[in-house]
Amino acid sequence: MADLVTLPQTPGSRPARRRTGAGGARRSSAHSLNPRLRRHLSAYGFLIGGVLCFALFSWYPMVREFIMSFQKSQLGVTSWAGLANYRRIFNDPTFWTAWRNTLEFTLLALLFGFAVPFFVAILLNELRHAKGYLRCLVYLPVMLPPASALLLFAYFYDPTYGLFNDILHTLHLPTSQWVLSPGTRWPTAAMISVVIAATWMNMGGATLIYLAALQNIPGELYEAAELDGAGIVKKIRHITIPQTRLILSMLLMLQIIATMQMFVEAFILDGGQGVNNNTESVVYLIYQYAFAMSSASNFNAAAALGVVLLVVLGAFSGGYLWLTRTRAHLSRPRS
Amino acid sequence: MHRRLHGRAGYRKVAGVTVAAALGLAAVAACSSSSSTTASTASITGHVTVTGLCAPPSSSPVQYKEWNEDVAIFEKANPDITIQSIYSAQCDIPATLTAQLDAGTEPDVYEVYFGDLDQALDAGQAADITQYVNSTTVPVLKDIVPSAMQSVTAGSTLYGLPIFNYTQGLVINRQLFTQAGLNPNAPPTTWAQVETDAIAITKLGHGIYGYGDYSADNNGGWHFTSELDANGGAMTNAAGTTASFDTTAGVQVLDALHTLRFTDKAMSATEALGWGTLQKQMAAGKLGMYIAAPDDIYNVIVPIDGGNINDYGMGPLPSVSGTPAGTLSGGDDYLFAKRDTPAQIEAGIKWINFEDLTLGQGQYNLARNKAVGLPVGFYEPQMFQGATNTAYTALLNKYTTINESYYSTFVNANEKPDGQPVDDQALYKSLDPVMLSVLTNPNANIPQLLAGATSAVNQILANSSGG
Repeated sequence: MADLVTLPQTPGSRPARRRTGAGGARRSSAHSLNPRLRRHLSAYGFLIGGVLCFALFSWYPMVREFIMSFQKSQLGVTSWAGLANYRRIFNDPTFWTAWRNTLEFTLLALLFGFAVPFFVAILLNELRHAKGYLRCLVYLPVMLPPASALLLFAYFYDPTYGLFNDILHTLHLPTSQWVLSPGTRWPTAAMISVVIAATWMNMGGATLIYLAALQNIPGELYEAAELDGAGIVKKIRHITIPQTRLILSMLLMLQIIATMQMFVEAFILDGGQGVNNNTESVVYLIYQYAFAMSSASNFNAAAALGVVLLVVLGAFSGGYLWLTRTRAHLSRPRS
Repeated sequence: MHRRLHGRAGYRKVAGVTVAAALGLAAVAACSSSSSTTASTASITGHVTVTGLCAPPSSSPVQYKEWNEDVAIFEKANPDITIQSIYSAQCDIPATLTAQLDAGTEPDVYEVYFGDLDQALDAGQAADITQYVNSTTVPVLKDIVPSAMQSVTAGSTLYGLPIFNYTQGLVINRQLFTQAGLNPNAPPTTWAQVETDAIAITKLGHGIYGYGDYSADNNGGWHFTSELDANGGAMTNAAGTTASFDTTAGVQVLDALHTLRFTDKAMSATEALGWGTLQKQMAAGKLGMYIAAPDDIYNVIVPIDGGNINDYGMGPLPSVSGTPAGTLSGGDDYLFAKRDTPAQIEAGIKWINFEDLTLGQGQYNLARNKAVGLPVGFYEPQMFQGATNTAYTALLNKYTTINESYYSTFVNANEKPDGQPVDDQALYKSLDPVMLSVLTNPNANIPQLLAGATSAVNQILANSSGG
């Protein structure tokens, strides 16, 4: 029987007969170079395809955008413009408004869009009946094209004929202008309306990811907590959140990056700018610079603003990763 | 040196891969510019294809059929030319056009608005067609109104041909005027009268509102410009270097709209409306008045939105004085892509002359329009002067199917066309938020809004002139 026992191997790994002295290892390495290349040829093929796609459609446009942000085009001739495009965007009175609105959307989206799917996932995880049906219902809005979902909300929000005002009117409550509300003081009714629509559209995906994470938590932990007399809040605080911390932190970063690029929501719901520019975002401003101003349209200024957004998001992502890595390092058990 | 290196055995594979990659990229590039490749190949063999002529969509079945008939007639008479149309209700969408011009993917002959030539020139995408346009290729050339020719001319160079020219007035729903006890033959001319009539119409109830206006998709700024012109103002100074709408004339226009919306409640709470929405409300009998060019009635409200031609009339643009000082005027041109071959330019001019600039043919085939039931008799497009205009007026009178008295106050006002402001779309975009705020915020601070927009427009103009 002992002869049949083998060491566990990872798929594709070879037996450990190469373990020799240093000279042997060198010799073996020289001889095994070609077979290893041959063995991984298909993997390299796939890699080249992926790298080429990224290079062509992601990295090259980013480099091109960076270069364009220092150029100007006139009468079909492109020349260097120094920092002129950056000066233009920083002097634009709507530049800071757009950043302020983008931050407002990001914070509100965190409040709604981060917490709501997490608690919906906990609820779904606790249910014993109609689980599949309810999960399907929660995910359904994600399958709607964003434009269709937002047009639906545009109808809901219509101040004259909209569903929401009809309901409020029936309940003898004051009606609202929703996305067309004129206020500019945080948090604006217009931006809250945009966030509600965005959360409804996108929460299905996050909910399913949270649900998968929740189902990986060993049931014994909850049983032990119950024996210790923990209620639902304590169980969430001391078991659910710590056990799903990695997923939570990853989704937090992805969500912040996504919400900082908010565009389509306001564009469809109120034309992009809102009343008193109260829903105008940075990406909408990029769109305006690039496309919406006819002869004053300027791809170079749009590229400059794109670079600024890239730098901000890059700094945020780098900082976030550094902070979370440090924490992981600190929380590692000491031996 | 490099040839030698590539000749070495060790570099053959690299060279092979490079060639393959280059061929692959060339194939991708060829796919993305198929129209130009097809066209230039065709011109070499004696056959030329012209892409991009703006045709009515199939949702306007009568005009769609007429267009296709015209293409068939033209191609039969010119067997070496193939016309490839773009079927769309709006061929010039500013954002799309900007992207196309910057990418160099615009069609061979492309439709633009009157203010778009600068953009095409800045992008290096407008071909010089001066040598191809003369009294033989375009017989009505000398009679085209100067303001229209100006929209396709830079210095002494001609870059395109105008095909449509409009001025704006106040479109009214005669049926609602009658129901409200108003005289539909006397459309309001002052803002005070507009207010009185709009209140009366709104009182009809059933979701009917007296007045409507745009505030999105650059249309808010576009209408504000026209209303400002009528009130004696102007968007910029004569040189086009600074904003000039923060004046009494501008405040009066916005005050009138704000009063209509919040004091009179004669405008809907549903705002942020763009082009196409008010026409639908008018066709559905839910709107009493809005400003537009006459073609909104015969091109959109009646044939597309299903309105009844006898329900509409027009008056001059409203102003505080009752006599409009001017009107925004504009229109459509065709420009030619820089890459066009001489054969394509000649073929494009031939088609434009056939379809858009010859009385009795194409858009001026009024006999056919009357026969198929399209409304005939609107004094539009206002393209000609002199003998051609006289002939066009005679043609209109011969085939008219509309009751011209419904439009007499608009025609008699003979509004002075003011053209488009410099950087028109950018300026309209800057005034959209002002219009939206005035129409949605009961506490809108009009002087503050105008001051903010002035600052934004001044910056746009400074960037424009500074390059």
